[in-house]
Amino acid sequence: MDTVRIIEVKQSVFASNDKRANELRQELKEKKIFLLNVMSSPGSGKTTTLTGIINELKNEFRIGVMEADIDSDVDARTVSKNTGVEAIQLHTGGMCHLDADMTRQGIEALKDNDKYDLIILENVGNLVCPAEFDTGAVKNMCILSVPEGDDKPLKYPLMFEVSNFVLINKIDVIDYFDFDLEKCKENIRYRNPKADIFEICAKNGKGIKEVADYIRQQIYDWRR
Amino acid sequence: MHELGVVFHVIDEIEDLAQKNNVEHVNKVTLQIGTVSGIIPDYLVDCWNWAVTKHDIMAKCELIIEKIEAVTHCEACGRDYNTIVYGKTCPHCGSTDTYLLQGNEFMIKEMEVV
Repeated sequence: MDTVRIIEVKQSVFASNDKRANELRQELKEKKIFLLNVMSSPGSGKTTTLTGIINELKNEFRIGVMEADIDSDVDARTVSKNTGVEAIQLHTGGMCHLDADMTRQGIEALKDNDKYDLIILENVGNLVCPAEFDTGAVKNMCILSVPEGDDKPLKYPLMFEVSNFVLINKIDVIDYFDFDLEKCKENIRYRNPKADIFEICAKNGKGIKEVADYIRQQIYDWRR
Repeated sequence: MHELGVVFHVIDEIEDLAQKNNVEHVNKVTLQIGTVSGIIPDYLVDCWNWAVTKHDIMAKCELIIEKIEAVTHCEACGRDYNTIVYGKTCPHCGSTDTYLLQGNEFMIKEMEVV
């Protein structure tokens, strides 16, 4: 007769992912690779923004890009075509986010992955799930675009709590929307008083240089 | 929203623990889930019942969910309050200098095995 027994586990489900993320971060530190995790809603302008940032930084740093989506390779092709840097597409197989293991697999899939100074992960467009899973990134960047509304930080608390810096994109169309810029910044700081905030327009390039300068400084700080 | 993804995480952990403890079969798993963890128990159960059919060691494994209420602590007045009702703003003194004490847990509490 089999004996039924109880095993006490008392373990957070996110703990194993957090542990793997910390291990990955440590390895990246030793290799002097800066991993940037980019999160936002679908359609906020992640790919266009990244293209601008990469073009500012690509002469100085060796950059690789991982585009995570449920399907298609349209983003990887767009980034690769518009910047010339290596971009690969990760398919999440229906999953709404990337975890640390998937991120590691992505990094391993980049050609000569040890040679990079900066690896950018464009996470799945979603303000909920990506915030819950630490990818192993050094910094989290969030993009919020004007048409989405200034109240997004109130509706998606965790995303703004885990983001180290927030870009407010599509600032050029602000007059056409009921978007209160100061209110938006207040809402972001309500969730995360330490978040750095930038106003940008990825389409015409406004603010992109400032963001690139900021990321450059973050990379220097990480290598130190 | 990502119940299926977290179910896969739980199953990976359980399988790992089962192997380490020479388990033949897992009959029952108890999870503790905070009410602001973003996990919807009903969806989780649906995903669970589908996912365990893919793992022999967990075939027909029952899922028990224990709820953990969300409580926020106010730094300004030192009192605690119900997060679901009042959110980030303290109902006692109106301060927003508050933090979550409990309620975002997503824990594997125990497993019943043979």
